[in-house]
Amino acid sequence: MSGDVTSERSGRRSEGRVEPAAERGRSGARPGDMTWTPEGHVDAEPARTDSDGGADKRPPALSLGEFLRWAWRQFTSMRVALILLFLLAVAAIPGSVIPQSDVDPLAVRDFRARNPGLSEWYDRFSLFDVYSAPWFAAIYLALLVSLVGCILPRSWQHFTAMRAKPPRTPSRLSRMPAYRSFTVDAPSGEVQAAAYAELRGRRFRVADPRDDGSVAAEAGFLRETGNLVFHLSLVVVLLAVALGGLFGYRGTVLVPEGSGFSNSIVQYDNFSSGSLFEATDLPPFSLQVDRFVMEFIDAGSQIGQADNYEATVSFVPEPGAEARTETIRVNEPLNVDGTLIHILNPGYAPAFTIRNADREILAEGPVPFLPQDDNFTSTGVVKVPVADDEGPDLGIEGVFLPTADVGQNGPVSIFPEPRNPQVFLTAFYGDLGLNSGVAQSIYRLDKDGLEQFEDSDGEPFRAALAAGDTVELPDGSGFITFDGYVSWVNLQISRNSGKEIALAGALLAVAGLAASLYVRRRRLWVRAGTDDEGRTVVEVAGLHRSEGGNLDDEVGAVAEGVHRRLSKDQLDEET
Amino acid sequence: MDLISIAEWSRFVVGCALFIYLGVWLAFISEMGLRLRLKRATASATTGATPDLVAVGTGASAVAAESSGDARSGAAEGGEQDAPDGPEAAGDSADLRGYLAEQADVRYRMGRTLLLVATAVLAVGVAMRGIGTERVPWGNMHEFSITAALVASVAFIFVGRTAAGRAVASWGILLVFVTLGLAVTYLYVPPGPLPPALESYWLVIHVGCAVLAFGLFTVAAVVNILQILAERAERRGATGGFVGLLPTSSVLDRLGYRLAAAGFPIWTIGPLILGAVWAEVSWGRFWGWDPKEVWALITWLVYAAYLHARATAGWKGSKASTVALIGYGTAIFSYFGVNIFFEGLHAYGGL
Repeated sequence: MSGDVTSERSGRRSEGRVEPAAERGRSGARPGDMTWTPEGHVDAEPARTDSDGGADKRPPALSLGEFLRWAWRQFTSMRVALILLFLLAVAAIPGSVIPQSDVDPLAVRDFRARNPGLSEWYDRFSLFDVYSAPWFAAIYLALLVSLVGCILPRSWQHFTAMRAKPPRTPSRLSRMPAYRSFTVDAPSGEVQAAAYAELRGRRFRVADPRDDGSVAAEAGFLRETGNLVFHLSLVVVLLAVALGGLFGYRGTVLVPEGSGFSNSIVQYDNFSSGSLFEATDLPPFSLQVDRFVMEFIDAGSQIGQADNYEATVSFVPEPGAEARTETIRVNEPLNVDGTLIHILNPGYAPAFTIRNADREILAEGPVPFLPQDDNFTSTGVVKVPVADDEGPDLGIEGVFLPTADVGQNGPVSIFPEPRNPQVFLTAFYGDLGLNSGVAQSIYRLDKDGLEQFEDSDGEPFRAALAAGDTVELPDGSGFITFDGYVSWVNLQISRNSGKEIALAGALLAVAGLAASLYVRRRRLWVRAGTDDEGRTVVEVAGLHRSEGGNLDDEVGAVAEGVHRRLSKDQLDEET
Repeated sequence: MDLISIAEWSRFVVGCALFIYLGVWLAFISEMGLRLRLKRATASATTGATPDLVAVGTGASAVAAESSGDARSGAAEGGEQDAPDGPEAAGDSADLRGYLAEQADVRYRMGRTLLLVATAVLAVGVAMRGIGTERVPWGNMHEFSITAALVASVAFIFVGRTAAGRAVASWGILLVFVTLGLAVTYLYVPPGPLPPALESYWLVIHVGCAVLAFGLFTVAAVVNILQILAERAERRGATGGFVGLLPTSSVLDRLGYRLAAAGFPIWTIGPLILGAVWAEVSWGRFWGWDPKEVWALITWLVYAAYLHARATAGWKGSKASTVALIGYGTAIFSYFGVNIFFEGLHAYGGL
């Protein structure tokens, strides 16, 4: 019983196979032994190697060292690998069902608000951060250790196997699964030479011709090599991703058309980074979004769907350097020495001018509104702080409609492109709460200290403005002008360290995987014997050591090849 | 005819293919039924005949045995010789058997021809969709489904050339039928341009690989189901019914393994590695635990478990096949389920 036979395919020692050398010693078998066992039969009776004799005899108690060895062997066994693979697959599921804070923090916030009790339990099991949870890490680290613990000894075994000579020729070749024989007149020495040449020509590893008139050869070591490369490359990929994550960073910032951004942490709306990232790592560029174009399909069944987003930016690589114009599109980020600048979601920023009763400008400029639907119905607020001695703060709450249409349910936007831009707004006065020290959303009014303006009928004040329109607030409190709009775009700036190594590892893994799946490991023997009539009987036999394909063809081809070489030799002699 | 109407007519062509596939399946099933009757007739005729007397079968049955290539059709040959004890009675049933074998053969040839026709029609439909939209025909779930069905169909043609593959193709066609049925109704999306995020050559290879691997996994799943049925029948010693016509479970086991072994590296390259590359280009991170990414990884893990299971004692055969079927279940889920149940970055399905 040879352990090697069983475990070719998948890079794992099969369960129940105990310490190859020891087992071989006990059963007296070694690779290439004549008693051929089909793959998988070896480990069908795992108990046998342990019970040294009668089944009723209790095995001696294990010492601590033996126990640890036993435990390690179990841990690096195929069965445990199987269990861990399944466990990892199952453990990954909750992360796709429950919102994850590093994927969609808003969804997590909503979920917490809706299910406070459940969220508490989720938090206990890190279910909002499954993929950085300790239990998830425990599973994949266990898998990694099990994998390495299996692969390293196997690499050593494989290394020695590659250096070892092909095994001696079985006595009865005709019992091999693939077998051919033919008779020739050539002496056995010539047959051996021809077989040697033929097998070498087929890139077999061939042992020197033996005394028994046979030639033994082996091929397909690439299978195990590929298998080992595959598993080791996976380790490389995981390490590259894990270590790269420590140095990487990602941030987003909303930039209205015509505005700029310079790359420092304080400028970001959101920023996250690995623990070894340092703020000085940020490349010192700055940029201005000169133009941001949104195009939409305006006919057919997919009307309103985005067709193209394109940002034209003036990019300054470092302070004092000359600006150059760059274009960023979806799928075409701007690459700054490995730091990528992407455009994410876009929107509109209606521009307002707000004046007080004396027509002095209190605030002006575009204010980003957040799109609420596919047609870019956008909501937002304008906060106008006013000095205490000059009057109350003003707050404006509005809806921006790129293509406004007043339907039965009130005004809606019917197309994402601004064809009939309108703003519907209402206004508040009082204290915006900006000085309270509590951070506020820039898209929402804190209405605790605010009163809504009312018109002369006592109804809440409302106004609908087209571009250029001005409305006067009730009681002459001021004027709001809707000047127009610009578009805005969320820029994402990120660096993913280690990605090149991870990619190289992944490609290497695939190459190894292909070799381990498609290369067949096999042994071939050719033997020249003598029959009753004194002629030379050439026997060719093959044995698969890994699953797949039919060895008959190859054995047949080798037999023909040897035959051809022999008859050619004969012809050469005759001429 | 302008491009859009070519793409719109594609739905009609695919619908035609759908019905031809139904014909294919009916032809194969009726062939199977005939073979079953043939087997029963043979079994009743051979009781009492000594195997030593087995002669070369005559005419139709020899053709049947050859074309069916079924491991068990040797029995049909056995039944063809005249039983020594009752030449006349045997003659009658020999006629019947000859007729059955001939009919089964006709159905088989019919099914096979129809399969080629259906695949050709489907290929035309897929091509029309691609030409009409001026891009690869896998930009949404409708297109993905018809293209994956085409891949599976071509795979069934190849697999069906071997004896073991015949049974596989017969039942697998049903899956193609269901997939196409879903594609032209529930999943149908009128032709149109892609959202900006998909306008990339990465779509061609990333999704292309996914289609290919998915098609292969589909064929493998049919094999796995049949493998489990065949192994159960073998364990019980049952030879009757349609399981009696199946290839041996070990043959199916190997076939299933080969298909999965072909699909697994493609799944590794396309959905996972190239997906990560594209994600970096498109979203600025190569792995972000988007639901689609998670489920593609889960599928990968389960198929990896399958490949390991086949090398583990006590896990061969039907247990390994079960693992592969779970893997296929997760593949289906990463295709349909993720688009239906979860929100994520891969929301291009058109549902």
